[in-house]
Amino acid sequence: MDIARKHFITNSIRIKNGKIFLNKETILSLDPKIDFSQFLKDAYKQLALKYPKYHKMDSLCKLGVLGSTILLRDQDFTENTALVFSNASSSHDIDIKHKQSMESIVSPAVFVYTLPNIVLGEISIKHKLQSENVFFIEDQFNADLLVDYSETLLKSGKASSVVCGWIELKNDQYDVLLCLVSNNGEIPFTREKLEELYRFDNE
Amino acid sequence: MMDILLQEDSIISPLGFSTSENIKAIKAGNSGLQFHENSRIQNGGCYAGILDASLLADKFSDIGDAKKFTKLEQMMLLATQSVLNSNQLNLSETALIISSTKGNIDLLDNSQNFSKNRASLNYLARVIQEFFGFKHKPIIVSNACISGGLAVAIAKRFIQVGKFNDAIVVAGDLVSDFVTSGFQSFQSLSATPCKPFSKNRDGISLGEAAAAILVSNKERKGNNISLVGDATSNDANHISGPSRTGEGLYKSIQRALQESKLSASEIDYLCAHGTATIFNDEMEAVAFNRAELVHVPINSFKGFYGHTLGASALIENILTKHSLLNNELYPSLNFEGLGVSKPINIIQKFEKKELKTALKTASGFGGCNLAMILKKSFNGYS
Repeated sequence: MDIARKHFITNSIRIKNGKIFLNKETILSLDPKIDFSQFLKDAYKQLALKYPKYHKMDSLCKLGVLGSTILLRDQDFTENTALVFSNASSSHDIDIKHKQSMESIVSPAVFVYTLPNIVLGEISIKHKLQSENVFFIEDQFNADLLVDYSETLLKSGKASSVVCGWIELKNDQYDVLLCLVSNNGEIPFTREKLEELYRFDNE
Repeated sequence: MMDILLQEDSIISPLGFSTSENIKAIKAGNSGLQFHENSRIQNGGCYAGILDASLLADKFSDIGDAKKFTKLEQMMLLATQSVLNSNQLNLSETALIISSTKGNIDLLDNSQNFSKNRASLNYLARVIQEFFGFKHKPIIVSNACISGGLAVAIAKRFIQVGKFNDAIVVAGDLVSDFVTSGFQSFQSLSATPCKPFSKNRDGISLGEAAAAILVSNKERKGNNISLVGDATSNDANHISGPSRTGEGLYKSIQRALQESKLSASEIDYLCAHGTATIFNDEMEAVAFNRAELVHVPINSFKGFYGHTLGASALIENILTKHSLLNNELYPSLNFEGLGVSKPINIIQKFEKKELKTALKTASGFGGCNLAMILKKSFNGYS
């Protein structure tokens, strides 16, 4: 019995090198040389996010809200859609800013972002999810962990569907893959398929 | 569904270097919170639960060279060693699950005698893995102040689907300048040792500690506490402020109860998060009332330890387990008159009482909430 085959990758989003792909199709392609903060601004505008809170967030949260909003557009999900996220550098992008501010004045508006799971909170607020959350740290993309843990949530009924993936940010280099996993779709939710989606970042 | 048992455990904290030393200190009413000078802080310092580094290094010298490891690593290695000492575990099959919010964060731009990448949680996990020779890559959980409890829930969930049979869960966090300066900027550090749920509470005290526990589906002598329900739920309300309706905490309690097939009226003891901030404790009282837990004896251990962040929910889980095993209710230290808008039944003095079930809750930044239900097996050992 292979229960894993019951779930599918319904939708996937990839953000890397100035490009955003939805189900492997390019939906945004900006000059990879533009700086990261400009990329986040331009992507917000061009993809019509219309969520002013976005501008107050740290970069990791912006990536997460950007990715999840496009991923979940016109999709069926419920408040029990779980979030299973991972990366290598935790919240070090904003941690470094907080550390630098310790020399002078520390800002609570910066400190509040110095945990990797804050992005799960921002996504939950944006999409009204009151679901299971977890943030795993891994030295590199680990499809096994994402598939295995998402499956435990789905099989035990702790989640109706799952958004899982990788959201890495280090030295302004970003690398995001988010997948909506549910009963609908054609791509089986397996390690191989997840790996394939992660490796895909150029046509 | 198979029973998931909470087995050998260890707490390394200012209250002691084993779980039994910690419980002895709690029974004596001793707190790890002391005033520590810190020029960054308005009052010239704050109350915090800080481990004496030379005492720690001395204890650590039994198992390794303290100079080669950071303070946090020494704490987490000692906690793990203690659990491994008591069991014949096959480390090629045992999972290792690590929980921390900030790890060695103070090494991020000032790595002292260590390499710079030692600030990474991946590095911390590798240090623990390699010290003991765990074969499998550790799973690392960093989910704010519910991390330590969530790591136990993750162990249970993976055991139930057959990914492994035994998992060592290790949690640890320090009182770092990084975190202290941040909570100071929020003006949420208490001027006195923190007073959970009290009228005149004015914020948190920070603490540092490490803990470890063996989570397993195999019965072993001397352990008969099962984790029978667990759930997390996000408030979807605010990233740093708790929900006024206690929505996520209420939902996580309901879902954990549902899994455990217990009703609120069957819960004998509630180990709360109780950080002693105005808004957190109020939110918990609201959620506990909505969940009909008004009469359940409840405490917070933050008055003993301070808030140990990613370690707190594991330490408190271990203490909840021992409350059940010992049939003992420990008082909520520093309680000075109920200061929340809804009634709750704070434990004010040590009490011996037959206990069968307990609820452990935790909440954290990012709007996360966790509920776990522990149950004594009636046919087990004790």
